[in-house]
Amino acid sequence: MCGNEALGEASIIAGVDAYFGYPITPQNEITAYMSRRMPEEGRVFVQSESELAAINMVFGASATGKRAMTTSSSPGISLMQEGISYLAGAELPAVVVNVMRGGPGLGNIAPSQGDYFQATRGGGHGDYRTIVLGPSSVQELVDCMPLAFDLADEYRMPVVVLADGILGQMMEPIVLQKKSQRKLPPKDWTLTGAKGRDQNIVRSLWLKEGALEELNYKLQARYKEVEKNEVLCEEYLVDDAEIVVVAYGVSARIVRGAVDKARQDRIKAGWIRPITLWPFPTEQISKAADELRIFLVVEMSCGQMVEDVKLAVAGKAPVVFYGRAAGGVPTVDEILERIKQLTIPTKRAK
Amino acid sequence: MKTVFTRTPTLKDCPTHYCPGCGHGIAHRLIAETIDELNIRDRTIGIAPVGCAVLEYNYIDVDMVEVAHGRAPAVATGMKRTNPDKIIFSYQGDGDLAAIGTAEIIHAAHRGEQITVIFINNAVFGMTGGQMAPTTVLGQVTATTPQGREPTSEGYPLQVCELLAVLPGAIYIERCSVYNPAQVRKAKKAVKHAFELQVSGAKGLSLVEVLSPCPTYWRMTPVKAMEWIEKEMTKAFPLGRFKG
Repeated sequence: MCGNEALGEASIIAGVDAYFGYPITPQNEITAYMSRRMPEEGRVFVQSESELAAINMVFGASATGKRAMTTSSSPGISLMQEGISYLAGAELPAVVVNVMRGGPGLGNIAPSQGDYFQATRGGGHGDYRTIVLGPSSVQELVDCMPLAFDLADEYRMPVVVLADGILGQMMEPIVLQKKSQRKLPPKDWTLTGAKGRDQNIVRSLWLKEGALEELNYKLQARYKEVEKNEVLCEEYLVDDAEIVVVAYGVSARIVRGAVDKARQDRIKAGWIRPITLWPFPTEQISKAADELRIFLVVEMSCGQMVEDVKLAVAGKAPVVFYGRAAGGVPTVDEILERIKQLTIPTKRAK
Repeated sequence: MKTVFTRTPTLKDCPTHYCPGCGHGIAHRLIAETIDELNIRDRTIGIAPVGCAVLEYNYIDVDMVEVAHGRAPAVATGMKRTNPDKIIFSYQGDGDLAAIGTAEIIHAAHRGEQITVIFINNAVFGMTGGQMAPTTVLGQVTATTPQGREPTSEGYPLQVCELLAVLPGAIYIERCSVYNPAQVRKAKKAVKHAFELQVSGAKGLSLVEVLSPCPTYWRMTPVKAMEWIEKEMTKAFPLGRFKG
């Protein structure tokens, strides 16, 4: 299965009730797959007239308590930002998959990591966050779908799965997970018809003085909980590393190859891979920066996550960036070259 | 004393924020009465627009959601497809439905979504200060057409019913008004029919357009505003059933 189809099947296992989407490359396999599989399962599939409509269909289904998702790629995700902001304001769970492509504008259809800022900073208007997962293999993409639905339901907020054109198109063997067992809060806020109870209202407009400020502090308190409980990251050969390379998603896999090669050349290289991009593994990186070492951040962008690494390192160590933009994919040798340039030859074991 | 008229239970007993002579209050009542007469309060979900009626949930006592400007038909699609047993209605103004949300209403009708749309046409953007709407009539002075709407630069009033009636997915399209009691009764019949169709499981979208007064931004007294609907607005927007 290619990544796009695999994430579709994983979402079905995770209990998605409704899929809404609009075609855009390089994620079209998901929409096609769901158009066949969702009706087979007796669930809802709608090809919407636009990404604006798709995210609002998600909004509608979610407001009634259903698990709903949409998928798109960069330009389409830009169109969804209005809806994502409303989902955040109305405290509605939703899962949005972005199979990133090159930008800005119409860009190209090659893999990219240029939407990191958009995903981790909220993306739409207002003071809000979305949980952002950055899988680096088809297996991890599959594993993060049930997690995404659970996190969305638990914290009542949109969750973005940030993949890219390579992950979407790549075929890898996978093991499909069973439905997760996470204990979730009851959905007593949903719109189901006011049967034997007062009306429920799902809204994001708060005009009364102080009311919106209060909502914002409530959201921020929830985001603090997410930061406390949900950070995921993977570390590799960090303990004795004189250079730590930080990368996520597909570029992290290339980096791992470079780190292994560097070790063969007796360079003490290590690797930190954020899996949740928000909440960001600030603590883990900060801890790693307590030792004397250099940080290299590799992205398929002109440098976005590097800002979060710098915030985490907080001046304790040098942070250097290497990236390729808009469809450029760094090679193992390119990264190895940077690692070599940044490590002092005399320090290497003879 | 014999009670001949009473507030229907689904219409909340509270003052509204609407201006004197506004038509929203009448339209709200017609919807609330319909919900009670059809006994569907416990399975109805309403969608409030962006515009003067954004706080509609303060007045109509059913489960309600407030959505982004123009997107109600998409939200309704998500709700109805996942909850076919529920009665889903959207309540949208002319800026919401006929300007920013044109794509959403046309495609919801085009897909034949089984939802009910109450479309309030008052020929201006009310909440933002009386700017030109797609439904502003020719020559009408608004905050953004100080010389009156000029067709060569601002286009003609957009006729939503006529536009939607050609779509096979739209099964019932009617334009009515509230400028006198007889028209209010006709409007009530139309609103009720639109809900009944959905209750019966009829396959397609029903829409009732209501020509409604905005005395504040028409710069008229409430009485003059009602007269203006009858004499002027109905020329651009002929009343009647266009489909179904």
